Amino acid sequence: MSTLSNTHDTPTRGPAKPLPYIISGVLLAIAVVVPLVVPIYSHAEPHLGGIPFFYWYQMLWVPIDAALIGICYVLMTREDRRRRDVLKRPAGRGSRADNADDGGEGR
Amino acid sequence: MSAAVLAAADPATRGVSVTPLIVVIVLFVLVGLMGFYAARWRGGGKEGLHSLDEWGLGGRNFGSWITWFLLGGDLYTAYTFVAVPAAMWATGAVSGFFAVPYTIVLYPIVFLLMSRLWSVSHRHGFVTTADFVGGRYGSRPLSLAIALTGIVATMPYIALQLVGIKAVLTVLGVGSSGNWFLNDLPLIIAFVVLAAYTYTSGLRAPAMIAVVKDVLIYLAVIVAIIYLPAKLGGWDHIFGAAEAKMGAVNAATGKPAGVFIPGANSYSAYWTLALGSAMALFMYPHSITGVLATKSRNTIRKNAAVLPLYSLMLGFLALLGYVAIAAGTKPTELDGKTINPQLVVPQLFLDHFPGWFAGVALAAIAVGALVPAAIMSIAAANLFTRNIYRDFFVPNATPQQEAKVSKLISLVVKLGALIFVIAMDQSAAINMQLLGGIWILQTFPAIVAGLYTRWFHRWALFVGWAAGIIYGTVAAYNVVNPVTHAHFGGAVAAIPGTTITMYIAIVAFAVNAVVAVLLTLLFRALKVPGGRDITKDSDYGADEADPTVRQLTEKGEGVTA
Repeated sequence: MSTLSNTHDTPTRGPAKPLPYIISGVLLAIAVVVPLVVPIYSHAEPHLGGIPFFYWYQMLWVPIDAALIGICYVLMTREDRRRRDVLKRPAGRGSRADNADDGGEGR
Repeated sequence: MSAAVLAAADPATRGVSVTPLIVVIVLFVLVGLMGFYAARWRGGGKEGLHSLDEWGLGGRNFGSWITWFLLGGDLYTAYTFVAVPAAMWATGAVSGFFAVPYTIVLYPIVFLLMSRLWSVSHRHGFVTTADFVGGRYGSRPLSLAIALTGIVATMPYIALQLVGIKAVLTVLGVGSSGNWFLNDLPLIIAFVVLAAYTYTSGLRAPAMIAVVKDVLIYLAVIVAIIYLPAKLGGWDHIFGAAEAKMGAVNAATGKPAGVFIPGANSYSAYWTLALGSAMALFMYPHSITGVLATKSRNTIRKNAAVLPLYSLMLGFLALLGYVAIAAGTKPTELDGKTINPQLVVPQLFLDHFPGWFAGVALAAIAVGALVPAAIMSIAAANLFTRNIYRDFFVPNATPQQEAKVSKLISLVVKLGALIFVIAMDQSAAINMQLLGGIWILQTFPAIVAGLYTRWFHRWALFVGWAAGIIYGTVAAYNVVNPVTHAHFGGAVAAIPGTTITMYIAIVAFAVNAVVAVLLTLLFRALKVPGGRDITKDSDYGADEADPTVRQLTEKGEGVTA
C-alpha cells in the first residue's frame, strides 16, 4: 500500500488564485438562487406576445443561466490550465510543497 | 397486429391510425439496427466490450458533442415529455411548470460538483457513486446503502419509460383492452429489442440513438410551438383558456382545478420542488453514468453551459399542455371513455398534424423512452456488479467477469421493470417514482459532502441516510389524494407543526443533514473509528493526462492491495 500512496501524493495542480473561484462562486450562486425567488415573478403582467410574465420570465432565465455558466467555464478552465502549467515549470519556488494542491475550489 | 385489428373492429373503441403507426415502426426498426451497430462504434469492435469501462461507460472517452446528445437524451426522458405537459393540462403551474426552474438551477449544481467527481473517479477507476463513497469513507455499509438506494430508485424510473411508450401506443390505437397479452405485446417486443442491443453494445447504443432522438424531438417541438398557437388563435387565447380551466371549481373537492400562477401559499412548494428535483437528478445512477463516460474533467462543465438548451425545449413542451386545453384535446384510453392526462401530448400531435408528421413526433417520444431506459438499466447493473457482486461476493472479480455480470443484470433489471408495468397498476409505478425521488436525495450528503471534505463521520452519514428515508417515506404515505383517498397522493406536504408546504424530499434532506452533523460531533467525541480514505486531495483536481492510481501502482512495485 505504501507504493500506492507515495506515488499518488504528487500534486496534480499548483496553488489556486482565489479570484476566479470567488467570481465563479458568486455567478453560480446567482444562477441558483434568483430563479427560485418566486415572489419576483408570480404575476401575470407584463405580457409578452400574449404570454404572462410568470411563464416568459422563467424561460428567459434559461439563456441567462447558460451565459453565467459559460463565463464560469472560461474562468475555471483558464485557472485550471494555469495551475497545471505552474507544475510543469522546472524547480518552481516550492510549488510542489505540501500546500501545492488543495484539490481545488471550495476550500 | 391482430390486437390492432380487434380494436378497429369495435366501433366503441379507438381505431388504428395507420400512417403514423407505419412511420413509428420504420423509425423504431432503424433505431434498433443502430443500437446493434453501435457495438463497433468508437473502437468497440477491436477487442469487444470486455470491461465495465468499455461496456458500461462507452470507453470513458466521450467528447463534448456526444456527451451533449447523450446527457440530453438521458435526463430529458420520455416520461418528462409525457408527464410534464400532462400535469400542466390537468393541474397547472405548481405540478408542471416547476420543471423549468428545476432544469435551470440544475446546471450550476452540475458545474460545481461533477468535475470533482469525474476527477476522483478517473484516478481510482470508480464506475459508480457507491464506489466513490466506499473509497472515501472506507465503509461497506454506507457504500451498500448508496448502491441499494440507486437501484431501487432507478427501477420505477425505467418502468415509467414504458408508461411513455404505452401512451404512444394507446394513442395510435394499438392494443386491446380485452386480452392482457395482446394488449402488451407491442410493448414487450419494443423491450426485447431494447434489452438485446443494450446487452450487445452497452452505453454506446443509447449514445448513438440519442442523436436521432434529440433531432426528432427538437423538430417536433419547434414545428408544434410555431404552428399550433397560430392555428388556435395565439398565445393570448391559449393562456386565457388555461386560466379559465385552472380557476374552475372542482365539484369533488370544492377547490379550484389547478394553479395558473402560484399564490403566496404555494411559493415554498414551488421552489422546493424545483431545488429538490435539481439536487436529486445527479444523484441518480444514470446521470452519473453519463458524467463518468466523458473524456476529460472539463467536458461536463462545458456541457453544463450548453445543456440548458434542452430546458428551453422542455418549457415549450410544458406549454403544449396549455395548448391542448385551448385545442379541446380529449386524451381517452382505448375504450374511448376513460380520461388519461398522460395521453394529452401524443393526442395533440395526432389531432393537428398530417399522419406522417404525427408519426415522427410520436416516434420521438417512443425513442425518447428507449435512450434513458437503456442507460438506467446499465447504471443499475453497474451498481449491482461493483457494489454488491464484487464488494460482497467476488472481491477479485476480473474486468471480464464484471462486464459479464453487468450485462446479465441489465436484462434482469429491464425484465423487472416490464413486469412492474404489466402486472401492477400504472399508478404504482408513478408512486414508486415519487418515492424514488425522495430516497435518492438522501444519498446527497454522503456523496456531495465527500467531494469536498472528510469531516463527516461514516456512521453519522449512514444514520442520517436512514432517518431521511424513513421520514420521507412516512410523510409521502400520509399524503392522501382528496378525490380517490389513495395514499402517496403527492410530493408536497406541510412541515410537521407548521402550515408551510414543501417538497417532502427537501424536508427529509434537512432531517438527514441535521442528524449527520450532530452524530458526527458525537462520534468524533467518542472517537469511533472513522474508516480509511483511499483518496488524496490531488485526486479531486486530476485530469485525463494525469495517471490513474492503477498506472501509478503498476509503475511502482506492482499491486500490493
